[in-house]
Amino acid sequence: MKRAQRPEGYWHIVLRQFRRNRVAIAGLVVVLLLFIIAAFADFIASDKPLVMKYRNQVYFPVLKDYAAWLGVARWETQFQNVSFKDFVASNFDKRDWAQFPPIRYSPNEVSLTSVLRPPSAQHLLGTDDVGRDIASRVVHGSRVSLSVGFVAVSIYVLIGLFIGALAGYYGGIVDMIASRMIEIMLTIPTFFLIITVVAFLPPSILNIMIVIGITNWPTVARLTRGEFLKTKSLEYVVAAKALGASDVRTIFRHILPNTIAPVFVAATFGVASAILIESTLSFLGFGVPPSKASWGSILSNARQLLPSGWWLTVFPGLAIFLTVTSYNIVGEGLRDAADPRLKES
Amino acid sequence: MRIYFVKRLLLMVPTLLGISLVSFLIIHLTPGDPALLKLGDSEQRSGNQLLAAQIIDETRALYGLDQPLYVQYLRWLKRILTFDFGESLRDHRPIIDKLKERIPVSVKLSGISLLFAYLISIPLGVYSATHPYSIGDRVTTIILFALYSLPNFWIATMAIVYLGGGDFWNVFPVYGLASPNAGSWPWWQRLEDELWHLILPVTCLTYYTFAVLSRYMRVGMIEIIRQDFIRTARAKGLGERTIVYRHALRNSLIPIVTLMADLLPTLLGGSIVVETLFSIPGMGSLSYEAVNTRDYPLLMAIFTLSALLTLLGILLADFLYTLVDPRIGYEKSATA
Repeated sequence: MKRAQRPEGYWHIVLRQFRRNRVAIAGLVVVLLLFIIAAFADFIASDKPLVMKYRNQVYFPVLKDYAAWLGVARWETQFQNVSFKDFVASNFDKRDWAQFPPIRYSPNEVSLTSVLRPPSAQHLLGTDDVGRDIASRVVHGSRVSLSVGFVAVSIYVLIGLFIGALAGYYGGIVDMIASRMIEIMLTIPTFFLIITVVAFLPPSILNIMIVIGITNWPTVARLTRGEFLKTKSLEYVVAAKALGASDVRTIFRHILPNTIAPVFVAATFGVASAILIESTLSFLGFGVPPSKASWGSILSNARQLLPSGWWLTVFPGLAIFLTVTSYNIVGEGLRDAADPRLKES
Repeated sequence: MRIYFVKRLLLMVPTLLGISLVSFLIIHLTPGDPALLKLGDSEQRSGNQLLAAQIIDETRALYGLDQPLYVQYLRWLKRILTFDFGESLRDHRPIIDKLKERIPVSVKLSGISLLFAYLISIPLGVYSATHPYSIGDRVTTIILFALYSLPNFWIATMAIVYLGGGDFWNVFPVYGLASPNAGSWPWWQRLEDELWHLILPVTCLTYYTFAVLSRYMRVGMIEIIRQDFIRTARAKGLGERTIVYRHALRNSLIPIVTLMADLLPTLLGGSIVVETLFSIPGMGSLSYEAVNTRDYPLLMAIFTLSALLTLLGILLADFLYTLVDPRIGYEKSATA
């Protein structure tokens, strides 16, 4: 006997719809690529060699740097506080070799002999006013942008889901209080609030993440609340409750999985806007500490330096533009896939 | 109808109280002492610790900063009810005067930008809706989407660097809204000068709004065009132009109207980025200065003002709804 076929799951349908959308897939590829760049920034741009052979011994300086940072290993005395480029130039003989990353500069490597150089084979995207390599700074800047985007959005999605679920599920006085809170937060000018708080706190990436996180939850909360209101009286929820499911089980097992799609879409757009907020903050001079390379701070530096050089403004801006666009494209694709009704024909 | 809006207005009171409390707490609990900041580095470094401490105490007492938080809040609330926002900590000028001087600048800037936003987006949206999925529709969608994703501080920086005499051409002025000696010029020259100053900032404020506005327009319009009354109009033999602009457009304006109310706070609040970059003395740059100098009373005034405007905007949107579309009513009972 043939077994009855299991109906196709919701996420399966979403995934299938999404895969049909070629533009959205392209956006997703760019997003993944950016992730790889951010994760392997030290292997793409660093002043230390990836691999080198010196006096018949093989070293992995980039990896070693991680290990030293974690405290599990220590630099050999001969490599302590040396510039590897000078070391290679002065100490290497014929049998030794070193393989550097594609971009041979660290983001904060200052070189006063090559100040404000236009793009060349040596400096792919040029250098700034103290000779730092822009390519390296752009690559490392992706870390700040992506981590702020993700952590901030995760924070506010969690808060929003929690408050929205409580308000929508329990209703009554809980809903009253939650709705008032949502309304208050929605009316406060968010960007101004973020600037105020960030300006008053010491500059740190963590602060930016938290501040964006705690100021943006109302949109998610409102979405979740609406979905919960719609869903909580549906038959399957009533059935679950009749079977004796606890509130927690009903909320998390039964309602939440069916209401999460719009939140997911909002979160994707949210990453784009969080990245934009972070770069604007860094641009205005709040936000990231000066030692961290961030796309916004490269641009801010370029503005203070007139005449500067076109490479200083064009490349970091393009990086922001590319990232924000691809997240927005993925968000649009997800929205169309998650709710075919929304897709205007 | 009137009862509904009165009720809505009354409901705004607890929300406004909540907003004022939240912004008060945020501003006062974050570190950064205005009294210290006022004293400045020079006096701190001078070594006269006793005198410095005395000045700090006096400044605190003068502005009531030595009182417990709830006293400070209640005092502030009492004054705000009479529209007395207090004095700026920085230059002792009444805040209300500062606002009076800055708001018109921002309103002018945002008003012009808003005008262009609608003037350009509505026809674009109508075009996209009447030619759905044509090449033209697709190309405009892509271009507008790209514009939407361009960070406006980047575009503003590029404009200053490339068009404002930074690295390349010196076409547009990038400082303020008038040339320094414009006061003595005849009016037509002043007007030309001002328009010339407005072009870049207005462009930076406007270009990214097209995507959202025209998209709303397109979606609304497509829905309307499919409805029966449009078919009737076609069957009557009306011209396409009449159908689109007289029948369809009017009915698809609703979402756009709501968006306009959303924009009310930005109209007065100005843009921090654009105003700071182009050194325009509007509300945006005032906010930026207030943050940088930790000017508590000024910050509170700006927060409260923009929250109030947002609330009014929501209310206004509901009201405009009923004006544009008489089918929407707010009476609870369907009798009558």
